[in-house]
Amino acid sequence: MAWTKNVLRINLTDGSISKEPLNMEWANDYLGQRGLATKYLVEEIDPNCDALGPDNKLIMTTGPLTGTMVSTGGRYSVVTKSPLTGVLACSNSGGFIGNELKNAGWDMIIFEGKSPKPVYLYIENEKAELVPADEIWGKSVWEADEYLHKKYQDPLLRIAAVGRSAEAGCLYSGIINDLHRAAGRSGVGTVMASKNLKAVAIRGTRGVGNIQDSAAFMKATTEAKKVLAENAVTGEGLPALGTQVLMNVINEMGALPTRNMKEVQFEGAGDISGEAMLEPRESDGKPNLTTNAACFGCTIACGRISTIDRTHFTIENKPEYWGNSGGLEFEAAFALGSDCGVNDMDVMTYAQFLCNEDGYDPISFGCTVAAAMELFELGAITTKETDGIEFKFGSAEALAKAAEWVATGEGFGKDLGLGSKRLCEKYGHPDLSMTVKGQEFPAYDPRGIQGMGLAYATSNRGACHLRGYTVASEVLGIPVKTDPLETDGKAELVKAFQDGSAVVDSAGICAFTTFAWSMEDIAPQIDAACEGDWSVDKCMEVGERIWNLERDFNNAAGMTAADDTLPKRLLKDAANVGPAKGRVNDLGKMLPEYYELRGWTADGKLTDETRARFGL
Amino acid sequence: MQITLKLYATLGEYLPEGSEKHRTVLDIPDEETAYGVIERYHVPRERAHLVLLNGVYLTPEQREQATFKEGDTLAVWPPVAGG
Repeated sequence: MAWTKNVLRINLTDGSISKEPLNMEWANDYLGQRGLATKYLVEEIDPNCDALGPDNKLIMTTGPLTGTMVSTGGRYSVVTKSPLTGVLACSNSGGFIGNELKNAGWDMIIFEGKSPKPVYLYIENEKAELVPADEIWGKSVWEADEYLHKKYQDPLLRIAAVGRSAEAGCLYSGIINDLHRAAGRSGVGTVMASKNLKAVAIRGTRGVGNIQDSAAFMKATTEAKKVLAENAVTGEGLPALGTQVLMNVINEMGALPTRNMKEVQFEGAGDISGEAMLEPRESDGKPNLTTNAACFGCTIACGRISTIDRTHFTIENKPEYWGNSGGLEFEAAFALGSDCGVNDMDVMTYAQFLCNEDGYDPISFGCTVAAAMELFELGAITTKETDGIEFKFGSAEALAKAAEWVATGEGFGKDLGLGSKRLCEKYGHPDLSMTVKGQEFPAYDPRGIQGMGLAYATSNRGACHLRGYTVASEVLGIPVKTDPLETDGKAELVKAFQDGSAVVDSAGICAFTTFAWSMEDIAPQIDAACEGDWSVDKCMEVGERIWNLERDFNNAAGMTAADDTLPKRLLKDAANVGPAKGRVNDLGKMLPEYYELRGWTADGKLTDETRARFGL
Repeated sequence: MQITLKLYATLGEYLPEGSEKHRTVLDIPDEETAYGVIERYHVPRERAHLVLLNGVYLTPEQREQATFKEGDTLAVWPPVAGG
């Protein structure tokens, strides 16, 4: 139970819509959401298909706990092959649409083919129909959202849509739901737009009541909510300061990517931190942060709702941006801030608003702008490309213009929409791209946090913090403190975080619960909700199976051990200041042990024994 | 000797009035410990979760020992996380 056991299949090429039963054998092996949808994708597409062609598929998927009374149970994921990396994409989002999909009676939607004309999908419980999207194609996410809410006269309609950036082919466009939550990474929005699918609008009123053991589930979820409430991180820290509290932490320890990762500390970190978001502005006496916010069913509420200073140059004549909207999270703030050398929180918030409005990933965007700034300072890019703008590190004007260009794909926005790897190749300096497998880095320099180097290099979706967040242990001491400059033991740590994250991402809950919850808290909730045995051991086995399934697909898609690496800058150029001064990332000391622990060959492929162990 | 104390996140309220953003400079005797500095400002030990000396983590045991030199920076956070 807990699963609705219904899959909605949409063939966009011929417009056919069908309902089919969920494969419960696979659900027992892959749980749901990330794991289960990946299994469907792996079984149904050619790993070498064109990510933006009709042969790729796109799956919107919930977990068994999505829509239930578990804390943070509003998660959904989008699984497809990524146009940015050429390997698997799996982007996870909160908000409310995951719950709505489950309430409409569906575990997942599989989109296949390509619509001859722009369409959107409207779901009302059992009813699902493709509707011409002429009125909203070419519009932003926010305009599409407003149009659909007005058309259906239903304020509770939940909408996920792509913006103009995706339509223009930006390779790191995401899918925005509920105005400012995002399945943000790896270009899942670009795939959706390539299928001429503009939006999915869902209304579900059927309830999610199919719990295996309701009394046990109520007990388990109540106890787990208590753990979240009593934990200082999830009960106090995240609601008050959000993820942005990390800006000063990571900067102090000399691991804050700065100026396209040339440096590891940013002199302006204090100006763009979580603490700074609370300080009153000179112009109107109000802080950047208006309030925190929660996704469906969440008892943490880390979200940031912000305003921009109305006198700021970006919006002084644009009243449409004077209101509250989704503000800066740490991963976006480093990319738009320190990595571009920018310490102007208002321009960063403006760029974040545009990322939400037109649906593109602020991490990849900010890091691509940072690469462009380095290329500009080298003379490889000139004012000819940038419409006369001095595209230097620290320029708020350059960042604002870049955000406007990428939103619509105009001018230099076309180049910036390629992502850092292709941009740096185009302008003759491939080594300046700070990417793994073509995806831009998150906010932790692996010279100062060694385990993250291994996590990035082996992540199944390119550079990513959410595939194995060893920062929790190496920096924050969760569940135990390890030395961030040490490499011993990190292979095991990375593997444990990767497998655990695969379970969390497959269950329908938020990764942030794991700052308080261990698998001993999570497994009983899954076990009470779902049929079958969901012990801690079973969950960890499923996590490891998912990781191996993803790896196997990526290998089949052409990825090799040579791709399990980091940019030369991080392996050869030592950190210049801070505790990691003189250090590079010692990936070579960790990778062989990691392969061994995984049961892979020395060239990063699954052994027959590993394949047999997980039934792959 | 003189060191800089930085109190971040919700610990900012423990800084004396007139402090620069999240920080204060103070004179300490040679034998002062990290916990000694933290307690000068009435920060409860259990709230001093993450303690970095010049960016390097101090274990609770190390916070009991004299560890400072002139110009050091001690930065302290309550339990925090993000990502």
